[in-house]
Amino acid sequence: MSFTSPAFVLFLAVLAVLYFVVPRRAQWPVLLAGSLVFYLFAGVELLGFLVFTIVTVYAAGRILGRWQERQKAWLRENKDAAREDKKAYKAAVQRKSRAVLGLTLALNFGMLFFCKAALLEPLKGYLSGSRVEFLSLGLPMGISFYLFQSMGYLIDVYRGTVPCETNLGRLALFSSYFPQLVQGPISKYSALAQELYKPHRFDAARVHMGIQRILWGYFKKLVIADRIAAAVVTLKGDGYTGAWFFLLTLFYAVQIYGDFTGGIDITLGVSQILGIPLAENFNHPFLSKNIAEYWRRWHISLGEWMKDYIFYPISVSKPMRSLSKSARRTLGDKVGRKLPVYVASFATWFVTGLWHGLEAHYLVWGMMNCVVIVASEELEPLYARFHAKFPSLKQRRLYGAFEIVRMFVLMNLIRASDLFSSVGTYFSRMFSLVTVWNVGELFGGGLLELGLNAGDYVLLALALGVVFAVCRASLRAPVRESLQSASPWLRYSATAALLVAVLLFGVYGQGYDASSFIYNQF
Amino acid sequence: MKKKCIAAVTVSLVTLLVLAALTRLVMPKYMGSETEGALIAEYYDETTDHQVIFIGDCEIYENISPISIWLESGVTSFLRGCPQQTIWQSYYLLEETLNTETPDVVVFNVLSMKYDTPESTGAAEQREAYNRIALDGMRWSASKWNSILASMLDSESMLDYLFPLLRYHSRITELSSDDFTYFWSTDSVSYSGYYMRVDTLPTTEAQVSAKYASQIEPSSYEFGESSWLYLEKMRELCEEKGVTLILMKAPSVSEIWYDEWDTQIADYAAAHGLAYFNFLTMSDETGVDLYNDTYDGGLHLNCTGAEKMGTWFGRYFAELGLEDRRDIEPYATVWAEKTEIYDQAKAAQYAALSE
Repeated sequence: MSFTSPAFVLFLAVLAVLYFVVPRRAQWPVLLAGSLVFYLFAGVELLGFLVFTIVTVYAAGRILGRWQERQKAWLRENKDAAREDKKAYKAAVQRKSRAVLGLTLALNFGMLFFCKAALLEPLKGYLSGSRVEFLSLGLPMGISFYLFQSMGYLIDVYRGTVPCETNLGRLALFSSYFPQLVQGPISKYSALAQELYKPHRFDAARVHMGIQRILWGYFKKLVIADRIAAAVVTLKGDGYTGAWFFLLTLFYAVQIYGDFTGGIDITLGVSQILGIPLAENFNHPFLSKNIAEYWRRWHISLGEWMKDYIFYPISVSKPMRSLSKSARRTLGDKVGRKLPVYVASFATWFVTGLWHGLEAHYLVWGMMNCVVIVASEELEPLYARFHAKFPSLKQRRLYGAFEIVRMFVLMNLIRASDLFSSVGTYFSRMFSLVTVWNVGELFGGGLLELGLNAGDYVLLALALGVVFAVCRASLRAPVRESLQSASPWLRYSATAALLVAVLLFGVYGQGYDASSFIYNQF
Repeated sequence: MKKKCIAAVTVSLVTLLVLAALTRLVMPKYMGSETEGALIAEYYDETTDHQVIFIGDCEIYENISPISIWLESGVTSFLRGCPQQTIWQSYYLLEETLNTETPDVVVFNVLSMKYDTPESTGAAEQREAYNRIALDGMRWSASKWNSILASMLDSESMLDYLFPLLRYHSRITELSSDDFTYFWSTDSVSYSGYYMRVDTLPTTEAQVSAKYASQIEPSSYEFGESSWLYLEKMRELCEEKGVTLILMKAPSVSEIWYDEWDTQIADYAAAHGLAYFNFLTMSDETGVDLYNDTYDGGLHLNCTGAEKMGTWFGRYFAELGLEDRRDIEPYATVWAEKTEIYDQAKAAQYAALSE
């Protein structure tokens, strides 16, 4: 059930009514039932993966929780025990806990790895015609999202930063909360769980804001992303080199921005209707001045997950500390200090690449991000010297704009690797930027042969103008919140205008192959 | 709170009005080109009732001139047909018509018996376009609802029919001046449902034979279950309303009509006491030249052929004893006006041809 289908709108309406009609203590079970129904629409056979994650994470969480309780009880009862005994007891518990955690992570990530591998030859061919052929057709819906979210919870339980959830239903809801299933965000248990389980009153103003956000998401997805998608598909084809490739990177940036941020707007809006706030997943990413900043502003929840569960654990791990020590001894302080960070960065980007898929181009994409970030870090002293020579440059708005454009172009070039399953094709297109000079082709009517007519370009320009204006306004103050305090006439008119714009200018319905969300495939 | 409610209700009403206006704007007007799309809705502009209703596909609306029937016998008639109109669409159109008037005779063209399911009628995209032509023009009623349900392909949705904006919104970047010119009302494109073409593009027996030879024979010559079901429903409906049902096969030589199909229809007509006319074999009676009275190489008749058909039907209805309304008001005035408009249009088309 796509977020953009009439069936989803009906599903949400029915669920919301039920949710606010039932006694408040029954709200979270209604939400769980709704989430499972939502998932069932994706295919009964896929439910098994979700159930496996929920059950294994629940069982492991309970075991870890029980051991932690026992440890606390033992330490209470043996307050006067020798320090070595306490240490030994703790170490034993930690060993066991680590084994349980490791096993659960291995089982679940193994399952994810298998599902992603099933999309590749030769496994794809092997599965063809078998009972699990469906695995070779696409990833089980939302698996990368619910699995990462659930693993995050389990690691937090292991670390003792959150208590284990003793109610299987509640944990199931945390893992399967339907607005997040399609494309995240990946929430932390400490931020989401209590919001899910606590009762929520019906609040007309909040519901209206939720609807407004959903419509804003539809606007970005259906009016912008799905309209420009036709040109992206054309430009991916053979023969589009040089300026065409540059245009492709630009169009793809617009498409993925509209698609992903639009999808997240819908997710957040749905959750807002239900009274459950979710963390923002974007913070004006295209206004970033460097790639590290971009990744703090784009897909924030994945970035934080990677930081919390991959980057930090690796950079402060025992082996990394020893590596750092020996590097300091042999290669000097500077290298010794930076080595763990770079190794952790490499691991983080490698996993981020894998998270997107096992195909080579995803790994190349991850490594390119890593290389650019590390290079920026290494070149920092050079920048500092340059800016020391020209101290007023950074204060200039034009230089700020240059930094934004530079980052935008660089990120677009890296991101375009998503589009080509062959790494060779990607690099040859990239290379064509300097070998093929064909800017003139863009303006000789070529733009009208990409699957978009003049009306489409005008519409896209207007829609992007609206998004840009809202984006700028929101830098001063959150737009929807500001609208909330405006007169009801303006508030309702804004919602109505959005509805009309989506219905009239959206790309959907008969004759269109409704595009699913790009991040739904990960 | 009161202010909020007033604002909410007012904005909602204005939004609905805007959406209705936009729906009207983006819906195809079928003026200038593909004018057949406007045929179904033209019935609602009729100011007087009809003694005869013709139901069917292009073999109806391009092959019979109601004005000729009127001139021959004073019988009032209307053609309710559109391109590739399926038998289930014909049935529901008839049901709708018989809910508003009770003619003496209904004539149904049987070519559409060859299609048993929406999917069997051709490529999905083309079928969907024909469905919209057949259904968008109908006024909302139980008949329209049921016709949509019977006609929809898997890829279609009832929502798109209930809210045509969902179907046609993509036209917003392709609007033409026609969409604004005909925003409030469209011109009439037919003459009592007849789509006039005065030009001639003849064909030959050899060309027709070659066309038949290139066609793939059907796996079975038996009409499908739902075709029979709707024909039976049509017969029962006419019986219930006291209307005489007549079956016909139009004289279109380019559209193959197998002997096996003809036999089944003839047997059905005989079994139920219905008249059945296969005009492919009645050239001597009608005077229609199957190879020359056509504007598109034998697929449809031109105006000359359609008038010959109209004259034949006029004589037949007179023999049946249908009332001559030429001296009865308001029919005399209404049909005199129709005849004048028809003659002017015919003259204009001939004039355009000679330019």
